[in-house]
Amino acid sequence: MTSIITGQPGPTERAPAASLLRFATAGSVDDGKSTLVGRLLHDSKSVLADQLEAVEHASRHRGTEGPDLALLTDGLRAEREQGITIDVAYRYFATPRRRFILADTPGHVQYTRNMVTGASTAELAVVLVDARNGVVEQTRRHAAVAALLRVPHIVLAVNKMDLVDYAEPVFAAIAEEFSAYVASLGIPGWSTVSTSGAAGAAGSADAWCTAIPISALAGDNVVAPSANMDWYGGPTVLEHLETVPVVADPARDVARFPVQYVIRPQSAEHPDYRGYAGQVASGVLRVGQPVVVLPSGRESVIEGIDALGDPVDAAWAPQSVTLRLADDLDVSRGDLIAPADAAPASTQDVAATVCHVADRPLRVGDRVLLKHTTRTVKAIVKDIPSRLTLDDLSQHPAPGELAANDIGQVVLRTAQPLALDTYAASRRTGSFLLIDPADGTTLTAGMAGEAFAAGPAESGARPGGDPERGV
Amino acid sequence: MTPPASVGADTDNPYALAHLDALESEAVHIFREVAGEFERPVILFSGGKDSIVMLHLALKAFTPAPVPFALLHVDTGHNFPEVIDYRDRVAERHGLRLHVASVQEFIDRGELRERPDGTRNPLQTVPLLDAIEKNRFDAVFGGGRRDEEKARAKERVFSLRDEFGGWDPRRQRPELWQLYNGRHSPGEHVRVFPLSNWTELDVWQYIEREKIDLPAIYYAHEREVFSRSGMWLAPGEWGGPREGERVERRLVRYRTVGDMSCTGAVDSQAATISQVIEEIAASRLTERGATRADDKLSEAAMEDRKREGYF
Repeated sequence: MTSIITGQPGPTERAPAASLLRFATAGSVDDGKSTLVGRLLHDSKSVLADQLEAVEHASRHRGTEGPDLALLTDGLRAEREQGITIDVAYRYFATPRRRFILADTPGHVQYTRNMVTGASTAELAVVLVDARNGVVEQTRRHAAVAALLRVPHIVLAVNKMDLVDYAEPVFAAIAEEFSAYVASLGIPGWSTVSTSGAAGAAGSADAWCTAIPISALAGDNVVAPSANMDWYGGPTVLEHLETVPVVADPARDVARFPVQYVIRPQSAEHPDYRGYAGQVASGVLRVGQPVVVLPSGRESVIEGIDALGDPVDAAWAPQSVTLRLADDLDVSRGDLIAPADAAPASTQDVAATVCHVADRPLRVGDRVLLKHTTRTVKAIVKDIPSRLTLDDLSQHPAPGELAANDIGQVVLRTAQPLALDTYAASRRTGSFLLIDPADGTTLTAGMAGEAFAAGPAESGARPGGDPERGV
Repeated sequence: MTPPASVGADTDNPYALAHLDALESEAVHIFREVAGEFERPVILFSGGKDSIVMLHLALKAFTPAPVPFALLHVDTGHNFPEVIDYRDRVAERHGLRLHVASVQEFIDRGELRERPDGTRNPLQTVPLLDAIEKNRFDAVFGGGRRDEEKARAKERVFSLRDEFGGWDPRRQRPELWQLYNGRHSPGEHVRVFPLSNWTELDVWQYIEREKIDLPAIYYAHEREVFSRSGMWLAPGEWGGPREGERVERRLVRYRTVGDMSCTGAVDSQAATISQVIEEIAASRLTERGATRADDKLSEAAMEDRKREGYF
């Protein structure tokens, strides 16, 4: 391989390097979320001297004693002025085992859309509760959003344990109540809550949900194990973040490849090169594999895969590669390449669960744009059958419209067919945006199919033959 | 920051991507989205390491075809000559069109006034917005990283700017999944940050892995410098040193490259990429904290400049 800028030979062998975990935090105002994030950054030595100095300076300026770790994360003028977090912020830190991208989502009024934003790319969500208050309405919302967005792992961080005398029964009761609520969300195989108590942490990494008793302020079980809670035998928050398995097995998923861009140099050196650039959305693609291009339905065979300049035999999610097909088909941006024997059905009728993220409401009859993978099509909102109350998961029929932060069911009719999977089968090819055609505002985050599995969905549900797909 | 690891947690999984591969794949996806959806994109290219990495990623994203974007450099008139030289060589080598927006020309025409403190960094906004408007650029790639600064931590990958180039952090579009919304009205443009999720260390590790050539001032060299507000600044026509500021020769390197009037050098013996990585991993100062005077002007200096259209 040759480095493009230098023209010199590049590395032939890549040493194994740290993996990447994307996670999100959620918590109500005053649950101590900013303090937890500040503590994680500070105790993992990810805060450098000048940042700490700036925080100390700002803390003194505000007359507080000692550095206020929450100021590490509240970066905007208005946030500092009002002492609140306005918007999702992204933080970065690393340990020798892993690198972390943290979507720090504020818990106040605009909670739902902020958490949906943070959770959409997260592989793990940390839900904070105040040990004195236990599971409250906000906790249920946060768990429901994480489940709705199919975040693979949840950490229930029971904070402020120092204010309940580090009492195990307090923690155990909260973990149990949370476990029961999570079970009621009806996500089979995802309802296990491991409290990692005296029995130890065995198997906790595989559980969808793990509960950890902490004090963010005092530093108990955040980075260092707590001396105040001998009864807890599980991992600290950081230890859990470092060890939770994040790589799903792409070999189990059906391959999906949305075409982003057609590469045709038409140069003297490459007169006939025609490659379809994109990021593998799910599964594994191999040279020699028969594929179908949607929506045209034409079939071909993968002749070659170029991984940013290097020919390879296979590519998998989420690698960005370029595919070359054996036949000269008409393929363009917005098309989907899938295995010939496991292609999704194309549909113009989409039933989906959505979270409305814009201030203007979404109404029946609205004409919108729908962006799905690399394809944007016109769509009409045909029906809004129900609005969901996250607190008790009750459905309110025919609300007529969805306001900001509402979650509901919608039925859409698109102008052109979409090769859509259910969100339960694929977060990447089952998600879409609704966009206001007039000014481009992002209106709604959409997830094709049912929100919470009504019946027992197969835990191994994969793109393609999922019975729950949109009607 | 903690030193980089050599062994990760998922190495037994044959499909696990190392973090640099994951970041590279994501950045390439962003470049291709812009190529697929915009009419007139441009890459802000300063000759600094972040923009050099951006260009490298763009080259990889479209290979074997050329990069379908032009370059735009906002020249403060106080740039390091080594960097200008590098900029011109790279543009020529890859056959890319280079637009230069010149702060000096705006000053000469009387459309911008020199600041009393002599720094020209904040003056870049006007020529930048002028170049965007005149060339009708609709997507402008910037090398900004969210780890650089607390206001940048709030920045979207696709950041809509109004017709005045302004950024309103309270009115940003939620960014969901990898579905970037680049819709904009005439006069508006979108700033695109493919390196949003990279840290300084990631950038250097990637430079090492890909063997990317950088301007020599990123490595330790002897240079005449003088101290101002705790930073080693290079003397030059930009107005340093002033009376009472003593020039001395030191072994230094630059962690960032920007306007000479506000970019400080750090004492360093790191002459190779791996020595630089070692040095950064051990540093107790952030990149901007160590080397950028303009961020120290106020607690929210970066946010305020971004609101006005700065990248």
